[in-house]
Amino acid sequence: MKNPTDIKEKVRKNLIWKSVFRRDYRNTVRDRAQAIFGNIFLHLHPVQVREGAVKLRFTWGMGGITFFAFIILVITGVVLMFYYHPSIDQAYSDIKDLEFQVPFGVILRNLHRWGAHFMVIVVMIHMFRVFMTGSYKAPRQFNWGIGVILLVLTFLLSFTGYLTPWDQLGFWAITVGTNMGAATPLLGYQGPFSEFLHITPFNDVRFALLGGSRVADNALLRAYIWHCVAIPLVSVILMFVHFWRVRKDGGISKPQTQK
Amino acid sequence: MNPFIEIITQPDNIAIVIMIIMVTFFTLWAFQQAFENDRLIAAGKPVDGENEGLVDTFKPLVRIELIIALAVMVFLTFWSIVVDAPLEEIANPTLTPNPAKAPWYFLGLQELLVYFDPWLAGVVLPTLIIVGLIAIPYIDINPKGNGYYCFNDRKFAVITFSFGFFILWLLLIVIGVFFRGPGWLWYWPWQEWDHARVVFEPTRDLSNVFGIDSRSLPGFIIGAIVVNGYLIGGMILPYRYLKDKMPEFMKQFGLIRYLVTASLFITMMAIPVKMVLWLVFHIKYIWITPWFNV
Repeated sequence: MKNPTDIKEKVRKNLIWKSVFRRDYRNTVRDRAQAIFGNIFLHLHPVQVREGAVKLRFTWGMGGITFFAFIILVITGVVLMFYYHPSIDQAYSDIKDLEFQVPFGVILRNLHRWGAHFMVIVVMIHMFRVFMTGSYKAPRQFNWGIGVILLVLTFLLSFTGYLTPWDQLGFWAITVGTNMGAATPLLGYQGPFSEFLHITPFNDVRFALLGGSRVADNALLRAYIWHCVAIPLVSVILMFVHFWRVRKDGGISKPQTQK
Repeated sequence: MNPFIEIITQPDNIAIVIMIIMVTFFTLWAFQQAFENDRLIAAGKPVDGENEGLVDTFKPLVRIELIIALAVMVFLTFWSIVVDAPLEEIANPTLTPNPAKAPWYFLGLQELLVYFDPWLAGVVLPTLIIVGLIAIPYIDINPKGNGYYCFNDRKFAVITFSFGFFILWLLLIVIGVFFRGPGWLWYWPWQEWDHARVVFEPTRDLSNVFGIDSRSLPGFIIGAIVVNGYLIGGMILPYRYLKDKMPEFMKQFGLIRYLVTASLFITMMAIPVKMVLWLVFHIKYIWITPWFNV
């Protein structure tokens, strides 16, 4: 090994490198295409994209940033789960432990919380961008609907996470929020027409949300499972439908002016 | 400390400040591009991006995605180092905070509770927001403005959406975060919160204005006429007007699409109507029935 080129050769021309990357990259048209569809993470992209997709001014990168924020939240969320018990006896002290015992626990929790606020903000701006460019119009009508549901799921993910620290802020935010469930017409005990279905505080929508008639242990467990398992699962499935349809509907929208 | 500075530097409210900055920036950018494209269309020139070609994904797009991801990571890390997530006292069901606020992105809906009963503000209206958003592509049959920023060719769509997004969603959130104090009373940012403050606002219902008890049968009938008149009149009058002025468009638009659009639109406009009735005339309910109040 006399010079850097030799080292580069040595690294690239061996069994292990070849087993990972399968072929040399020579910057030909074929290799640039291969770099995309030969890679499971990149193959969501088409091999070529419209110039506008690379410029910030059209998409602002908001959809991609939303997805990236989601990835940050999954990673920090999984690490947080190692330190957390969803029970009202331990939840609060687990968060205190993050603050005082766990190495980098404070920054871990901060990243998860600010990442969540950030995701809510960028997903709203993403929707605004898609509206302003008229990108929900044919043939993308269905994907806009998927996007609206993903927006709602983003709110619900953030909302269910609010209760997990079991502090006053989360407790009363969830109390206020789930009290709305009690007002559901027909299905909430305070809602109009609920008396016709014999709805009481013990069999209404709010009871189903909380697993009880007040915010307590069951509510924390439900919020936790919605937050960590159920809603992320549904969100991931819908995200893949969303991304798949972006490709199938012709990629990032381009001007279709009627002449 | 100045109450205003204190409010906007609360850890969770920093997110709202960031949101206001980001939304303002991207709104200006969107409308700047929209007006630019309007000028190009008026001049008979192609809009921005109409004649552009393709580039390889690898590396131009992959590179920019990596740069943005790194920038976001740096931004969030910086934010997480500088500001600590709040942790209040342990949950105590016997100690209700005043005001008890929902998470910030739901404060617009919580603000609606001032003007509507919970079954409307907390259940029916949010459901209609979701349904209405999903319905947009199916009721907006305007083929223009597909895939580029523009304003002139889709004024109604852009103005309606902007009204819903900026005023009914974002402005109400900002009001809920920054201007609502104990008892959900209005506090200017420079005012100290006063937990003992009581505001006496005499409330009345619509028929009380004419001296008729809103809980009596005549009051019920007046309320029923006004509410149903608003809903039905709000559908019929624009229909006749549009049929007269834009017969071609209405033929293409169709009756079902019109009914869906009109019902969503008049429901949305019911929010500012109720706000004015309450804020200006102190009218609480329009229609009182044994089952629900509107």
